[in-house]
Amino acid sequence: MTGTILELKELDVHYGPIQALKKVSMHIEEGETVSLIGSNGAGKSTLLMSIFGQPRASGGQIFYQGVDITQKSSHYIASHGIAQSPEGRRVFPDMTVEENLLMGTIPIGDKHVDEDMQRMFELFPRLKERRNQRAMTMSGGEQQMLAIARALMSRPKLLLLDEPSLGLAPIVVKQIFATLRELATTGMTIFLVEQNANHALRLSDRAYVMVNGEIRLTGTGKELLSNEEVRNAYLGGH
Amino acid sequence: MDGIFLQQLLNGLTLGSVYGLIAIGYTMVYGIIGMINFAHGEVYMISAYLAAISLALLAYFGVESFPLLMLGTLVFTVIVTGVYGWVIERVAYKPLRNSTRLAPLISAIGISLILQNYVQIAQGSRQQGVPTLLSGSWRVDIGTGFVQLTYTKVFILIAAFAGMGLLTYIIKYTKLGRMCRATQQDRKMASILGINTDRVISYVFVIGAAMAALAGVLITMNYGTFDFYAGFIIGIKAFTAAVLGGIGSLPGAMLGGIILGISESLFAGLVNSDYKDVFSFSLLVLILIFRPQGLLGRPLVAKV
Repeated sequence: MTGTILELKELDVHYGPIQALKKVSMHIEEGETVSLIGSNGAGKSTLLMSIFGQPRASGGQIFYQGVDITQKSSHYIASHGIAQSPEGRRVFPDMTVEENLLMGTIPIGDKHVDEDMQRMFELFPRLKERRNQRAMTMSGGEQQMLAIARALMSRPKLLLLDEPSLGLAPIVVKQIFATLRELATTGMTIFLVEQNANHALRLSDRAYVMVNGEIRLTGTGKELLSNEEVRNAYLGGH
Repeated sequence: MDGIFLQQLLNGLTLGSVYGLIAIGYTMVYGIIGMINFAHGEVYMISAYLAAISLALLAYFGVESFPLLMLGTLVFTVIVTGVYGWVIERVAYKPLRNSTRLAPLISAIGISLILQNYVQIAQGSRQQGVPTLLSGSWRVDIGTGFVQLTYTKVFILIAAFAGMGLLTYIIKYTKLGRMCRATQQDRKMASILGINTDRVISYVFVIGAAMAALAGVLITMNYGTFDFYAGFIIGIKAFTAAVLGGIGSLPGAMLGGIILGISESLFAGLVNSDYKDVFSFSLLVLILIFRPQGLLGRPLVAKV
């Protein structure tokens, strides 16, 4: 069964007097990989966090599988199938890799925990090597893998990823995107926020371009890759 | 070794284990919401009254065996004190969750005064007492003297360490413990992973109150007397222990309690017992000056 899994309708978000998002409307269909690209400070991370109500929207609505979740609590939203690997990774620094992964299972309980942890270790073999190591002692790339794996542990219907390539060596970025492609082919719905437009657009079915809190452009990944404005602004102009 | 030294060491260990139990409440609450719960000493005081009420009730119903009395009193006191902890958090702190850091502190002092006055009105301002439940002791002769080990003290040591052990296990190995640690390390992320962080914070208050209740039962057993003001000084002592160990650190609170108890007892026995409180609080001042992060705490770094 396919349908719209997430829909934002004219979403406004304010930080005090500053408007971070202006009438943002977008939709994500089940099974799609959609990315949101834009420069630093465009409001991309704010958009992802506002899906979880942090911060709350000051106007507009968020629908998840047809249900209005605009005013729901973060833990309600998480327990209904949306998972996020957030900006800055936010792994629990004093917990081991395994404990971090266990934190991902809160919404579904521990009935699949052994099987899923095994799957994560296949997806990210580095995590297996470091399973009993505390997260704070790991490299940025390993922490990023852990953050993604933790999000996957809840068997989400919709996976939100905030800049999985940020600050990582090109080879690690490649690895992570290869893994994301693998996930996408299994039918997982992915919403990816990236500054690394090149990788993101190649991976995505569709994409949105955000400028100053507004959606400026939208199209398929291919269309945007060849779009003049996108090339100049986000792909280094060549 | 000197008999007095060894005796005071044992007394200090007993006292310190109880400080440790109360310090747990300070350190866990600080760890999770970054505030010092100055009403925590009063929670301990309430538990002493609850223990006495429970003992009286059990005696009224004809319970005489020590294990049954103890079990009944512990269960009753821990549960009712836990409810107090839960209500205090809901009424006094939760509504202030997103206000300035000073607001819940003032609210805590308010709750502390309310509880003291409430108990004073309900129970009277005179000192209350419970009879000795467990009498008898072992006497161990050593080189230059002897050490007296009362059954009560041994019981306190065992119960306090069992309480700390149980809590350490819960925090380290159970889902509840992981949820507490996750909420402490990154509350926003915890909520994004589906944890109801408000509920976890409530649990932490209940756990802290339950540990204070265990301490209340044990100290009441040992000293036999208490009044509505009993929470103040022991609350500040336990707070000192939490700071000594490193506020926010669970093993730190236990270690800090034991070190404070032992050093206070040694000072009282070997130097001057009138000035033991001065000694403890001087220790607090020295820690704050020279090692503000405590023994097991980490230096404060700004959270991103």
